[in-house]
Amino acid sequence: MSGLYRKWIDRINEAWMFVFLLLIIILPFILAAGLYLKSYLIISENHLSDLLFTDIWKPAENKFGFAPFIISSVWVSLSTLVLAVPVCLLSSIYITQYARSSVLKLMQPVIDILAGIPSVIYGVWGVLMIVPFSVKAAEWFGIHTTGYNIFSGALVLLVMIIPFILNILIEIFRIIPEELSEASLSLGATKWETIKFVLLRKALPGIVSAFGLGLSRAFGETIAVLMVVGNVIKIPHNIFDAGYPLPALIANNYGEMLSIPKYDSALMFAALILLAVILVFNFASRVLIMRLERYA
Amino acid sequence: MPDMIKKAEEIFFRILMIISTVAIAAALLLILFSILYKGLPSLSWEMISQTPKGGFYFGKEGGILNAIIGSLYLSICSTILALIIGLPVAMYMNVFLIRHKKSLNLIRFFLDILWGIPSIVYGAFGFVIMIYFGLKTSLLAGIITVTLFIIPIMVRSMDEVIKTVPSGLLESALSLGSTKTEISYKVFLRQCIPGIVTAILLSFGRAIGDAASVLFTTGYTDSIPESLSDPAATLPLAIFFQLGSPIEEVRQRAFASAAILTFIILLISIVARLLSTKFNRNKIKF
Repeated sequence: MSGLYRKWIDRINEAWMFVFLLLIIILPFILAAGLYLKSYLIISENHLSDLLFTDIWKPAENKFGFAPFIISSVWVSLSTLVLAVPVCLLSSIYITQYARSSVLKLMQPVIDILAGIPSVIYGVWGVLMIVPFSVKAAEWFGIHTTGYNIFSGALVLLVMIIPFILNILIEIFRIIPEELSEASLSLGATKWETIKFVLLRKALPGIVSAFGLGLSRAFGETIAVLMVVGNVIKIPHNIFDAGYPLPALIANNYGEMLSIPKYDSALMFAALILLAVILVFNFASRVLIMRLERYA
Repeated sequence: MPDMIKKAEEIFFRILMIISTVAIAAALLLILFSILYKGLPSLSWEMISQTPKGGFYFGKEGGILNAIIGSLYLSICSTILALIIGLPVAMYMNVFLIRHKKSLNLIRFFLDILWGIPSIVYGAFGFVIMIYFGLKTSLLAGIITVTLFIIPIMVRSMDEVIKTVPSGLLESALSLGSTKTEISYKVFLRQCIPGIVTAILLSFGRAIGDAASVLFTTGYTDSIPESLSDPAATLPLAIFFQLGSPIEEVRQRAFASAAILTFIILLISIVARLLSTKFNRNKIKF
């Protein structure tokens, strides 16, 4: 009796677990389908190339050109990446190759806490410290800004994505077999040469994908960037221009999107672009990492 | 001579490495210091014990109790929901699917990708669902959105822990006649409690700190929500809106609210560390 009972519990539980698993697996498809259905109105009435490559944004006059937002997004995330690459690489090499293990013990909580700080707090910090700094930095180049510009956005994002990238890099350097480094060292190479020619080369796919994931994280970050980036609808020309990235566009206009026809559809289209770009980046990076893990 | 150059290059890069590592740690201290330095002076008991009164947004009396309670409701409910969905999935992967390496890798791949989707996309999707079902901005819509947003985080971080349980434990429990369900919830769960608690707290921290996903769905209100269909204020949005004000007193309150949120996040992180050492006693050592 009790055996039968236990068996049934097991069956029901397995079905239950399986249903939830399916739910999670189809979630990204539902996400994409939902956003697509909602943005169908605007995609069907305008050419895709018009939407993506024109720069006139007047929702009230039915003109939706996403170029300023897309280009701002690219500016912000690429400048973040340029700043993040040296810092993350150097620091992760130091932590995994040179430093004593106590340094990792010390840095792990630092990384965890940095990763856990909500983006709105980063935004507040950006307003407090990065924006004034950005004004000064622009002055060195003889440019006057309010401080609310792409440079500020990139600096705030830099600190936000560092813990994320660093975690992946540390993991990647760990799965590179130690024998490779030992072989190189035994042939008389110095530690630094070994890192340069063996470790970095071996880990290259992993490093690329870590930064790919970081880039897509930067691409989708909303509130912190929105608070410091200026939000002016215009194609930025240098790093001290104000920008208006896609997530900021969505977040800033949710209030009025139901009062102008097709506005909500346009904003959902913006979310769809974000989702598409991020899925592509994530997909490529994860595939690279999986290959590396299997290989190592 | 080339040896000298080699040596110099290595030393040069080592110095750069130390500088970047120190800079990262310094950034954390700088953030915490600047938020607390600006926020603590304007923090008062009134701030955390009262809802906004008339004229609150012009710098008059009142507090952000509405946002604190709203955020707690929202994140506790969605963490519980995500736990109800997430724990079985993580167990299913590691107890039932353990022999199917390929599908297991595929599922992990999916979860990682889901984790990478930014919260604003979940927010926009939550909005689509709301329109579809005719919901208004409400606590319920917010809970659904945030739950979707934290499920991948919850499952993936639990999975990372459960994955480390040696297969010998699964095999010996099976050979003693336990069903896989019993193994999941009586053996594996107990074995992994510290990691699972950490995963829950991590998801809770994500839920309470995220602004973009609740922007569309939860709305904002000055009163404490009384039912699931009421809109609710949340802490991140309270900070965001107050900081946008031109009035100095209101901006001061934004900094104070930021200090409160930072404090909550730090508390979560400390509790997670303490709990994981405490629960470790129940673990079978191998």
